[in-house]
Amino acid sequence: MDPGEERRLSIIPISYYLVLSAILFGLGAVGVVFKRNIITILMSIELMLNAVNLAFVAFARAHGQIDGLVFVFFVIVVAAAEAAVGLAIVIMITKNRESLNIERINLLKF
Amino acid sequence: MSVPFLVFFACAFLSVLGAVLLLVSWEPIHSALSLILVMMSLAVLYLLLGAEFIAAVQIIVYAGAIMVLFVFVIMLLNAGNEERTDWSKIAKVVGLPMAFFLLLLIARGLSRSVIGATIANGVGARSNAGVSTRDLSTALFRQYLFPFEATSILILIALLGAWILARKDD
Repeated sequence: MDPGEERRLSIIPISYYLVLSAILFGLGAVGVVFKRNIITILMSIELMLNAVNLAFVAFARAHGQIDGLVFVFFVIVVAAAEAAVGLAIVIMITKNRESLNIERINLLKF
Repeated sequence: MSVPFLVFFACAFLSVLGAVLLLVSWEPIHSALSLILVMMSLAVLYLLLGAEFIAAVQIIVYAGAIMVLFVFVIMLLNAGNEERTDWSKIAKVVGLPMAFFLLLLIARGLSRSVIGATIANGVGARSNAGVSTRDLSTALFRQYLFPFEATSILILIALLGAWILARKDD
């Protein structure tokens, strides 16, 4: 990597990426708490995973380590598996309850 | 203001905009489309960070495969407008101040921790080792070979689980 490109890549401080990652994670957490549609809640979880991935890549870049990128790879694989199983559960719940609203899924609620 | 900064702020703005749109839209399909916007702008940020392979995987697997799965399920279940439910009185009166207080506590704890110090001072971005796709694949197939093989079993189990959950009862 030539020095010019080196400078181009490292010119943005890592803290910018971390703050962006924190904002996205917070928005995802707000979505999990406030949204009523079960599919949107799953999408908010994906948003949180994406935010964590951004922090991993930023730290991998800052430390010049490959392990962060490998971890991002595994996070993406686990997210794919989680989406498949989660959406299958959503389909089953909707068949039984006729509703996507989590307020209606309250058998275990006190 | 140099070009990388402009690209960073444009992508950061787009991703936060997409996340906010995901929260405020009542139709699930609009949420899915704004989540794709978030993923695309994050892929550009990965390119900016020099992680080309992760950017490609982000677009192909996340924006391609996972979001198509979401859109298919939204179509399959005919998911329309989200029902609006009012908050209970105790959630309004006690919950919101408590949530705000909890956020303050977490922020206070974080600002005193190592991570907070890192964010405040900024890690010097010294990337002497080039983080290339070649290095990534070498690490993946040598150092991380066992976790890599374990994920294939995880995918198989997820596949079987999804099939068993979503099949017709007979």
